[in-house]
Amino acid sequence: MFFNIAPSALILLIIALCCGAQATENAPHNSAYGDAFVIGVIGEPSVLIPMLATDSASHDIASLIYSGLIKYDTDLRIIGDLAESWDISPDGLTIIFHLRKDVVWEDGTPFTADDVLYGFKTITDPSTPTAYAEEYKQVQSAEVLDAHTFRVTYRQPYAPALTSWGNMTVLPRHLLEGSSIQKSPLVRKAVGTGPFRLKEWVPGEKLTLVASPSYFDGRPYLDAYICRFIPDPATQFLELQAGTIDCMSLTPLQYSRQTNSSYFLQHFQKFTYPTFSYTYLAFNFLHPWFQDKRVRQAIAHAINRREIVDGVLLGLGEVATSPYVPHTWPYNPNVPEYVYDPQRAIQLLDEAGWHLRDNDGVRIRDGKRFEFTILTNMGNTLRLNTATIIQWRLAQVGIKVNIRVIEWSTLINEFIDKKRFEALLLGWSIGVDPDQYDIWHSSKTGTKELNFISYANTDVDRLLEAGRRTFDMAERKRIYGEFQKIIAEDVPYIFLYVPYALPIVHRRFQNIQPAPIGITYNIHRWYVPREMQRYRLIP
Amino acid sequence: MLFYCFKRLLGMVPVFFGVTLLSFFIIQLAPGKPTDRLTDLNPRITPEARARLEQYYGLDKPIIIQYVAWLSRVVRFDFGTSFSSDARPVLEKIWDRSVPVLDRRLMVTFLINVISFVLIMIVAVPVGVLAAYRPHSWIDRITSVVVFVGFAAPKFWIALLLMMLFSVTLGWFPISGIKSLHYASLSETAQYLDRLRHLALPVFVSACGGIAGISRYLRASMLETLSSDFIVTARAKGLPESTVVFRHALRNALLPIITLLGLSVPGFVAGSVIFETIFGIPGMGQLSYQAIMMRDYPVIMGLLCITALLTMIGNLIADVCYAYSDPRIRMR
Repeated sequence: MFFNIAPSALILLIIALCCGAQATENAPHNSAYGDAFVIGVIGEPSVLIPMLATDSASHDIASLIYSGLIKYDTDLRIIGDLAESWDISPDGLTIIFHLRKDVVWEDGTPFTADDVLYGFKTITDPSTPTAYAEEYKQVQSAEVLDAHTFRVTYRQPYAPALTSWGNMTVLPRHLLEGSSIQKSPLVRKAVGTGPFRLKEWVPGEKLTLVASPSYFDGRPYLDAYICRFIPDPATQFLELQAGTIDCMSLTPLQYSRQTNSSYFLQHFQKFTYPTFSYTYLAFNFLHPWFQDKRVRQAIAHAINRREIVDGVLLGLGEVATSPYVPHTWPYNPNVPEYVYDPQRAIQLLDEAGWHLRDNDGVRIRDGKRFEFTILTNMGNTLRLNTATIIQWRLAQVGIKVNIRVIEWSTLINEFIDKKRFEALLLGWSIGVDPDQYDIWHSSKTGTKELNFISYANTDVDRLLEAGRRTFDMAERKRIYGEFQKIIAEDVPYIFLYVPYALPIVHRRFQNIQPAPIGITYNIHRWYVPREMQRYRLIP
Repeated sequence: MLFYCFKRLLGMVPVFFGVTLLSFFIIQLAPGKPTDRLTDLNPRITPEARARLEQYYGLDKPIIIQYVAWLSRVVRFDFGTSFSSDARPVLEKIWDRSVPVLDRRLMVTFLINVISFVLIMIVAVPVGVLAAYRPHSWIDRITSVVVFVGFAAPKFWIALLLMMLFSVTLGWFPISGIKSLHYASLSETAQYLDRLRHLALPVFVSACGGIAGISRYLRASMLETLSSDFIVTARAKGLPESTVVFRHALRNALLPIITLLGLSVPGFVAGSVIFETIFGIPGMGQLSYQAIMMRDYPVIMGLLCITALLTMIGNLIADVCYAYSDPRIRMR
């Protein structure tokens, strides 16, 4: 197996491949090199410079071309990528990155600390249209100490700081200096230090990446990574069935009902891992009914979340109990949980003064019927189905729920920004860092800010502030554990579920090792045995 | 005739600017802004950053100023740059000079619509004539049923069924896209064949509604013509049946169809949105759908201008054809 190849043999092999020579064909060890990975995606990337990109399609591709100073290991801990190591000063104000010395840009120019400084200057430049500048505003100064040492100093300790030095701020200075970043040809013809290089991008059709022979962690075994843009999910599934794409993301229905034929079992492998996101039901704290904690708790008890996971996601997800993904380090499993208990819900509603008087089955307090509307966005059937189940369950405890589905921009601009809602059924994608200051802190309730439910709790505020001021992981785990307990007790949101990502990949790809972070983190180590290879790249 | 065309072309100018003015204001009525995709529910954005982005895209100015700025560029044939993060010029998105002509978005959509238009005419005219010539016969009944089913069935559903049969089960045609992955390695003839194979299903799907509609219209109009007095005269004077049907009846029956076709040009572009999305075809329909979803004003306006122009030209051609086939109109 190729695992046993001595490093020197590997280097020889890479050189042989660089020259385009096929002389190594007889060598037994190179059987793992070659073939292409063809993935079908719904959305097309728009720009390949990470700091300008806002869509996940762009970031997915850019992350194969650009490396960052740091990255996450399989268990979501921060490890070095272009940075070999780093030192954080005891007061938490200064980080010194020691960069790798063996990294070159794909045109052969060595990667140095100047490239990082250039990236930092560009992202903080007011004329750069980026959505990510805020994190770098906390930086007091950034300096190049020598070609491979880079120092940043913060105004105050800022724990998410380290995670911000991913591929956002690494740019090839020698190609960009002196020109405006948005006008640069690099926007569509990326030049990076990562495992793959951009070969061709045909808008509306496909994007081809080829293995980078100069990648510091070794040339990827696959020759090419081809991304085909297929906007219709049903078409994409047919392409998979016809064997013309090797990988796509399945829906829960496709995963559990449509991919169990002998054809699929023989040719494909399916994976599941929790996504970094959760779906929730949020209450507007400006609405008098929902200011009563008992009402929120009653609703939590009246909803059977297991039933939602089983019915809507066909079991392909996890019940969410906090704003963190289960099995990740900040997640606290020991929080008060709201098991499905309609009797308890009825009792809490009675305590809160909501009583059943008439025969129409809707509770009344001060002459007002307990009737509210859940808003959700158009185009997400999972959310609509979830809302429908909630509607049915709440009717059983005497609460009438209406559902309104609204187009995304209208929902944001007309309802959320103006706080004209009673309850929302939406989802958050969350970062790997546990800092959630912007969603829960009481200072973040302005227009366009993310605490749109107007939640305020001084203990939560204190914990969120403390959590971003320390780098100590054990301490942060304690702080965010405490924060989750308060949130669980307060029920500002009812956390519903964490859906699974459901990728399906052709069986010929070997060495896929699923981890909490997903499957593609080691794509440069995937390989296809020679006899199973399907595509050959024409130089 | 030339003078007529010139007059009509001149008349298009105010109409064109009226269309752009109306469109420019109407698209601003939709909630949301182009910058929303950067700023909505983004924890890392501050009000200052939002204002800066709006200023960058010129959205902080009053609409009328934005329109004047846009117009002053358009008269110089500059449709501006897209608001999406790739920031490419609008014209380059629609007509990219760096790729082969057949790959340019406008060409892709144009080609599919032209081929499907030809297909519609080739199929619909004989079907319509035949159905009208023998009304209520078995052939009329069968074509009616087939045509109505084709008209009523949703296009996306037909598309999926065809893909399952011809691509997954039989493997005759590719499912989506306009070129195969190994396109570059093919010989020139094989490359054209490859393109044609990719076009087969989309062209069929986009034509099937048209075939149904046109053949029914033609049947009705043909029935009416065949029962008029001049046909009786033609037959009475002993003309061969084929001359009666094709020269005397069909030419008259085609008149309303010409008007119909002139009016359906904007429908072609709108219909492209559906099948280009299903078949993953990089054409104008796909581009306009993405642009509308992202509130990419310059691209939307660019596409609207092209559609408006095409519609006006389509109407002009229809009128010219009308005049050509009906001498009475030429006189006026």
